Amino acid sequence: MSQITFSKQELERYSRHLIIPEFNIEGQRKLKGARVLVVGTGGLGAPLLQYLTAAGVGTIGIVDFDIVDESNLQRQVLFTVDDIGKPKVEVAKQRLEKLNPHLTFRTYNTHLNASNALEIIKDFDVVADGTDNFPTRYLVNDACVILGKVNVYASIFRFEGQASVFNYLYADGSRGPNYRDLFPVPPPPGLVPSCAEGGVLGVLPGILGSLQANEVIKVITGVGETLAGRLFLFDAAGFTTRILRIAKDQTAKAITQLIDYEEFCGIPQQVMADESQSGARQNGVREVTVQQLAQLITSGADFDLIDVREPYEYDIVNINGRLIPKGEIKDHVDEISRQRQVVVHCRSGKRSADVVRELQDKYGFENLYNLKGGVLAWAKEIDHSLPVY
Amino acid sequence: MIRIFIPTPLRKFTAEKSIVEVQARTVAEAIQGLALSFPEMDQHLFDSDRNIRKFVRIFLGDQDIQQLDGPDTALKSGDEVSIIPAIAGGKTDGEKVRR
Repeated sequence: MSQITFSKQELERYSRHLIIPEFNIEGQRKLKGARVLVVGTGGLGAPLLQYLTAAGVGTIGIVDFDIVDESNLQRQVLFTVDDIGKPKVEVAKQRLEKLNPHLTFRTYNTHLNASNALEIIKDFDVVADGTDNFPTRYLVNDACVILGKVNVYASIFRFEGQASVFNYLYADGSRGPNYRDLFPVPPPPGLVPSCAEGGVLGVLPGILGSLQANEVIKVITGVGETLAGRLFLFDAAGFTTRILRIAKDQTAKAITQLIDYEEFCGIPQQVMADESQSGARQNGVREVTVQQLAQLITSGADFDLIDVREPYEYDIVNINGRLIPKGEIKDHVDEISRQRQVVVHCRSGKRSADVVRELQDKYGFENLYNLKGGVLAWAKEIDHSLPVY
Repeated sequence: MIRIFIPTPLRKFTAEKSIVEVQARTVAEAIQGLALSFPEMDQHLFDSDRNIRKFVRIFLGDQDIQQLDGPDTALKSGDEVSIIPAIAGGKTDGEKVRR
């Protein structure tokens, strides 16, 4: 460790760390020698990356496949209006290099998946998971367990956040609990509302991502006591915090290889990608079932949902579709995506089928799907809490 | 009375209440009581064999009931039971998912 040295400029930059007695230049050396992979450059990734960069983590990996979208700016504070449409990892790297030119950044402009995760993660010491979906949560966890990496975790939903340190390496060589010790199986699609339905308070990932950066720094430097074996819970609405103890699940099967995480999370791949699989045609209109829609929502698939009922019906019950009443469709044709998959629904599936047919025949749409049974089927089969009318 | 902390994803079944009070002698009774008060929640808590679902993690105080006596864990008045949900992240409607 002592072979890691600092330039005058670096010493000045890090002076506020160096004068903390229990941190000092040894802590700073450990940071400089460390390699941290940040998975996801979203709401959690933004503060994580900025603080790890500012703190002087020597090598920082950044994984994300996404491009900057206007709706990201509500919480992904690494990006600006000028970045819309650009790859997130590239924008992040440029910003962070300006923040601290003494570091090495490695970017991976790709989906982290079962075929590349081990290869990417193996070159890092610590992984900070800032992803937003269950399949990647389990993938990151399992890859970290297999490779013996510490997984610093945070997750958010609306006003609620969680943080922990998984697979921590104790001084005696034993490992702390991992994500599967806490959540051995994910909730099935459609049963628990996903963030796609719920949203998130923009500042919440700022808080949790900062806590995550704090844990990463503690893991690297050995300063303080990490959240290993503990789950931190924060409710921003009531401003309540709690810390629960997590233990290893002695009955759990050992994690030895990566699996198909979409399948594990109950998400069939590309539900609507292949007409022969789903998209059963009814008089020229492709249909999806409410179960398929639930899976799409839970998996965070990239699609639009349009509700063609009347406003008063929408007020009775809705499933967060965009309301464009059937009679007004022709005035909104330009606002309906021709690239993304679009599910159209009404009360029982009749009106929406008419709308899909009209849009296909008159306007040449090829990416539309009718929700079979409409919102009634959804209320009966997916979400029993909703009223039927 | 037992206080049950309701996590955000389940609050839509409790009229947005974050704490529900029930009378119960065990964790299983407390969760049954919760499901009785809010029937829509039942299917989210119990499987078809009336076992508490595997992804529903329940803590008494700061301890996982799996480290105690599971659903048979005894409760006394004033105990606090928490349901801990698996939450994945902050993607909002219309945005692409990061994988």
